[in-house]
Amino acid sequence: MNSALVEINDVSKKFDLFTALKNIQATIPKGKLIGLVGPDGSGKTTLIRLIASLLVPTSGDILVGGFNTRGDPSNITNLISYMPQKFGLYEDLTVMQNLNLYADIQGVLGEEREEAFKRLLGFTRLQPFTDRLAGALSGGMKQKLGLACTLVRKPQLLLLDEPSVGVDPISRRELWKMVQDLLKEDISVVWSTAYLDEAEKCETILLLSEGNLLFYGPTHKLTERVEERAYLITDIHENKRQILEDIMAHPSVIDGTIQGKDVRLVVKDKKTPPQVPFKIVPTKPRFEDAFIDILGGAPKEASKLAKTIKIETSRDILVEAEGLTKRFGSFTAAQDITFKIQAGEIFGLLGPNGAGKSTTFKMLCGLLKPTLGTSFVNGVSLQKAPGEARAQIGYMAQKFSLYGNLSVLQNMQFFSGAYNLFGKEQKDAIDQMIETFHLQPYLHQSAETLPLGFKQRLALSCAIMHRPKVLFLDEPTSGVDPITRREFWSHINGLVQRGMTVMVTTHFMDEAEYCDRIALIYQSKMIALGTPDDLKEKAATPQIPFPTLEDAFVGLIEQYDKERNNVSS
Amino acid sequence: MSPRRIKALIIKEFHQIRRDPSSFLISVVLPLILLFVYGFGVSLDLDHLRIGLVLEDTSPDAQDFARSLINSPYFEVHFGKSLKEFEPLIVRGKIRGVVVVPTYFSAFRYGTDKIAPIQVIADGSEPNTASFVQNYVNGAFQSWLSIQQSSNNIAGLAPVSIASRYWYNEELESRNFLIPGSLAIIMALIGTMLTALVVAREWERGTMEALLSTKVTITEIIIGKLIPYFILGWLTMIMCMVVAIFFYEVPFRGSLIAFSIVASCFLFSSLGMGLFISTVSKNQFVAGQISMFTAFLPAFMLSGFIFEITSMPKIIQYVTYILAPRYFVSALQTLFLVGNVWSLFVIDIAMILLIGTAFFLITAKISSRRLE
Repeated sequence: MNSALVEINDVSKKFDLFTALKNIQATIPKGKLIGLVGPDGSGKTTLIRLIASLLVPTSGDILVGGFNTRGDPSNITNLISYMPQKFGLYEDLTVMQNLNLYADIQGVLGEEREEAFKRLLGFTRLQPFTDRLAGALSGGMKQKLGLACTLVRKPQLLLLDEPSVGVDPISRRELWKMVQDLLKEDISVVWSTAYLDEAEKCETILLLSEGNLLFYGPTHKLTERVEERAYLITDIHENKRQILEDIMAHPSVIDGTIQGKDVRLVVKDKKTPPQVPFKIVPTKPRFEDAFIDILGGAPKEASKLAKTIKIETSRDILVEAEGLTKRFGSFTAAQDITFKIQAGEIFGLLGPNGAGKSTTFKMLCGLLKPTLGTSFVNGVSLQKAPGEARAQIGYMAQKFSLYGNLSVLQNMQFFSGAYNLFGKEQKDAIDQMIETFHLQPYLHQSAETLPLGFKQRLALSCAIMHRPKVLFLDEPTSGVDPITRREFWSHINGLVQRGMTVMVTTHFMDEAEYCDRIALIYQSKMIALGTPDDLKEKAATPQIPFPTLEDAFVGLIEQYDKERNNVSS
Repeated sequence: MSPRRIKALIIKEFHQIRRDPSSFLISVVLPLILLFVYGFGVSLDLDHLRIGLVLEDTSPDAQDFARSLINSPYFEVHFGKSLKEFEPLIVRGKIRGVVVVPTYFSAFRYGTDKIAPIQVIADGSEPNTASFVQNYVNGAFQSWLSIQQSSNNIAGLAPVSIASRYWYNEELESRNFLIPGSLAIIMALIGTMLTALVVAREWERGTMEALLSTKVTITEIIIGKLIPYFILGWLTMIMCMVVAIFFYEVPFRGSLIAFSIVASCFLFSSLGMGLFISTVSKNQFVAGQISMFTAFLPAFMLSGFIFEITSMPKIIQYVTYILAPRYFVSALQTLFLVGNVWSLFVIDIAMILLIGTAFFLITAKISSRRLE
């Protein structure tokens, strides 16, 4: 018997304005997990919808269990379970009502149903919440319920479209484990993801970029191409950001990132590290290195910002949080949060969904009024003089809050005006941004039609035109491919080198590595504060002597839970 | 088609209706507000029209006529010496019209030409009121005339007495036809707007995509939407009937069976329209706007509910033929004020069903299980 469950034969998919997929050829075997990897807009969702027969190919054919997706859809719906990106949970139904609905629809009845519910509620750990409205669950719990609803009936093929997007590392690990258990039951899984650490864990990956299939095969084969090409510059006493900027100019370097106190490099050829006056040691290559390599390397140009902007500060402490507490009714979203951010520092706020990270962030940039406590920006109280304090702040929101139907220039004019720039000053600021971010060719294009990377540049330029002392970034690169993220951070590095202070929230651990210090928020409290390396050290255990930042994140939260349980029992 | 799946979808829909405040607003609060507004707020009846009176003739005849105007319940008469005097008052809207009794007023008795012996000037910027003024003054004059004729037996004019009697809405209460009409608006809102919104919401939240990847068919989804909102529409309809009949005491002269048939058909057609709108737009905001413009406003303006269709421009009259509310309003007003007139209902029902079926056929044709 043929062991291929899905055969994708030379499939292309064209929409009115663009081609989403070009000549894709692949087979999905039984009982395997395939990681579907690629940046936003690379065609992942289209491919999944094609397999689910929700779309039909423009050319080529897809066979699922021997049935062509062009034919009767019921043949295919019998075989698959599909969890769309925004999963169809009915938010105004309870957990149990959602499960009942999908069980009825999928025809799971009687004893089979009771058994399925018991199993699903057990392994999602949703048992205590069956009467809660789905809309009132946290992000991670919603995804777990979504998966449970998808799995009320055991399919042959499970299609998961970015199940872990916007989900914190702890919930991500749980989801991952749930899916691993399914593989033992001979279910095939397609898991699409923009997280590269997740892709790395897949045995086999299908890598898409702009609709092209770049790689399909065992993950380690892809990582092999960067074997002996990754290096770490350690024992840095100088400015690591300057070192990164300099080293990127080196012709043999294709990628560089900051990792805690070190700088990590990928070079063009094996065993040829660049000649630098620092200690440089080989390190284990990662999937992300290979991904950047196959996409043609990270952007090499150093940010012009560093040359054009200069932020003067006379103070050492730029942002201060003093006992910040926020209560919504009887619920405490943030409790007694206190820290200080030094001038020129990148400060990260990390934490699981619903832990109070966003609440804290919003109180610090003046979007939310604390119930107790005060916050200062550049010595000005956000509570006493909100206007003056906010003038010192640049804010870049999630998903770039730009006016989609205004042109690039109009967006810049509006935001600079909103920050009180007029006349010559305004014109100079705009001209400078146009030059720095190479926006000239797009000036009169409407913002929503810009390529993702340019949208990000525009959003950043709108946030810094008025030369704020502090820049607040709220999940600035979620849904952005690693190349665009590299470019973004090269600008942030440039700004920080010239005296800007940055505060950032993120779910990406590689992004957190750029931070000088990190505050970990959990259950409304700040449970850890320190450099990335401090946190890793704190979380080190005999089992994991050298934890990654993600290990540290998970470990510290588990430690906290354990201590609290001991106290309460 | 599987009854079990349809049942699951219907149960789900009722859970949602119960928890969704907008369903409650549209199906209970809004109808009550509309009924309240049309029951108390809006009145198309006018009495105590303020008019000016200029008596250029002071003959006993003219004074007698003036007295009859003053005694009429429809007018509040202000005297003046000349038309000029009233001009600023008309401009400011203080008075609605002026009646001039010319010097030659009493001459008509002896004259042979039958020209109107009085002049009526009305404020044309409010055509409705203007025509009231014109008609009422004319009516007052005619009745004065007939009294004169009977008492004096003026040569050449036959002794005729006019006694007007209005059929079906004896007291000429506008409430009696506004409230049945507003039922049509309420049903159009629930059937079209609520349905359009809830289907569009399924697309927006991604629940439709999740449903479509299961064994559920499009027909099952459509039936699963139709039945709950049909029931909800009926509950609202009953609530409104109770308020109309027992609270406002609008007469109901038809039979409940006839009412049920007409109302069910209309609900069916407006549900079809709602499904059609949401299939086209897939977005709550757009669906809301479209149903506002294609369901609510036409039901309000073009159904004959407030504005009589026969007094609309011809081209607009043709447009009203494809609007189901037009037929529903006509049937409702007949049912409430006249009684069972099956010859009329058959046409109304046939047209409503025709329009509804058309919506369903188009919707079935354009919806597909695929996402494109």
